[in-house]
Amino acid sequence: MYGGGNTFEGIKTDSLAQEDPAKLAEFEARIARGEKIEPTDWMPQLYRKQLIRMIEQHAHSEIIGALPEGTWITRAPGFKRKMSLMAKVQDEVGHAQLLYSAAETLGKSREQMIDDLITGKSKYSNIFNYPTFTWADCCFISWLVDAGAIVNQIANAKGSYGPYCRALDRICAEESFHLKYGHHCVIYLATGTPKQRAMFQEALNRWWPPMMHFFGPSDKISVHTEVLMRWKVKMGTNDDMRNQFLDMYVPKILELGFTIPDPKLKKNPDTGRWDYTEPDWEEFKRVINGDGPCNKERLEVRRIAEERGRWVREALKSPKTAYVTPLA
Amino acid sequence: MNNLALKELLYKMADDLLILGHRNSEWTGMGPLLEEDIAFSSMAQDKIGQSHALFQLLQQLGEQAPDTVAFTRNAEQFHNCVLVELPNQEYDFSLIRHFLFDTADALRWEMLTRSSYEPLAQLARKIQGELRYHTLHANTWVKQLGSATEESIGRLQHSLETALPYALGMFEKSPYEQDLITDGIFEGETKLQEAWKKEVEKVISSTSLRLPDWKIVTPAYGGRAGKHSEHLQPMLDEMSEVFRMDPTAEW
Repeated sequence: MYGGGNTFEGIKTDSLAQEDPAKLAEFEARIARGEKIEPTDWMPQLYRKQLIRMIEQHAHSEIIGALPEGTWITRAPGFKRKMSLMAKVQDEVGHAQLLYSAAETLGKSREQMIDDLITGKSKYSNIFNYPTFTWADCCFISWLVDAGAIVNQIANAKGSYGPYCRALDRICAEESFHLKYGHHCVIYLATGTPKQRAMFQEALNRWWPPMMHFFGPSDKISVHTEVLMRWKVKMGTNDDMRNQFLDMYVPKILELGFTIPDPKLKKNPDTGRWDYTEPDWEEFKRVINGDGPCNKERLEVRRIAEERGRWVREALKSPKTAYVTPLA
Repeated sequence: MNNLALKELLYKMADDLLILGHRNSEWTGMGPLLEEDIAFSSMAQDKIGQSHALFQLLQQLGEQAPDTVAFTRNAEQFHNCVLVELPNQEYDFSLIRHFLFDTADALRWEMLTRSSYEPLAQLARKIQGELRYHTLHANTWVKQLGSATEESIGRLQHSLETALPYALGMFEKSPYEQDLITDGIFEGETKLQEAWKKEVEKVISSTSLRLPDWKIVTPAYGGRAGKHSEHLQPMLDEMSEVFRMDPTAEW
């Protein structure tokens, strides 16, 4: 799962002046015709750089995202939930594997990407810096965070980079099962005992603000992304994605009898878009930059896993399999 | 047919698979490489699925529903061998345990394809395909890491020596051993253990690892009779944390 919000930091388009104008024009024409760009095709450096950043962050989000839910595998109530949650989190790790492979086609090795994750150089979806206190938090993630991820990923699957699009097609198919699983879990909480209902309402109250952050800063304050939209790297604005999510899931949440903790939330009949309390973008920035409730813990777990597994990876290495950056 | 003997067999197998499946699942997000996260999760899912199938057979024999049996018993009511409940520790221990357990497990299920208790024989035939991947995975990794670097060989050797007494504990005999053999339900722990030793010797001899003389390895028995290490109860407490909040609730 993934929120696209933190992907696009300020970009400098100066480097485009150094690209071969004829090649650049042909590249843009191909994208405009709806063709996919493949690893060995010519591409501007800026395109390569932005895609590596985006796919890498997506991959990191999958493995870090496995942690807040993974911690509930050992506590899932009953065989059915235990088996489903194991399979679901396994899928997320599998998505990371697919995505690291897609990013590697652009010239950055998996080891390098994971090193950059651990040192904090590259980011992951902000929402996983929040804790899962109860089983209901885990259900919230499985249903609604995955739902948000699908909104982003379905859009991105129509992008221009072939390997990423193909990975996303597979990922979206699996995510749609996650969504069904998560929804099923929440229906049981909604129709269960008063304690179960209260558990989910509390989870919803806790997770709503990070869920609104999930799609990234408001279009009013987010950086200029026109060139990335033209290159079909970014497929929709953050506010569009957020609106799509609200359109699809607010009615489903209300249908289950829960209350969304935002008194201003309502669909504006004039604009056809949702009005809501502006999310706290200062908190978003603070958490993305490392000061969230779980940032340190998440990276520490990843660091320990890498450290403890180093001898295994060393033992698998063969001098014949050095990583080669693709030429393009 | 002796129902007590049959139930005892089904319980110990179901408990082994549930507990090891649970331990395997603890590798999710923590594996030495993503591919191993995924592999251990697959094996965990298979094992817990197989355990569920065995609890369903027990339910047909008059025991309580699988969720109740799995999520509400205390440690002393579990019949798993101690090997499976030990914490995962480092990857070398988890791998060696996986190898030692799954070698025995595959042989046990293979024997059970001939069981006189037809529902068990049917289940055994059904899961043959899954088990092949577990032993293939274990053998591949033990052969690779058991002959690679000084560190990997040293770690696997150490874990092998630590795990062997517990591994022999898998073959702790049931009080009904003779009944099971006479009734043709299961061919018995002695026969299983002999077949297991041959298979373990075959794989280990293709690596740089050494097996100690079996005579000097003292089996760590007790698990089958409900005598467990200090690790099982905390694991069960964690496993049932949500379920026990309200055992009448549906989750």
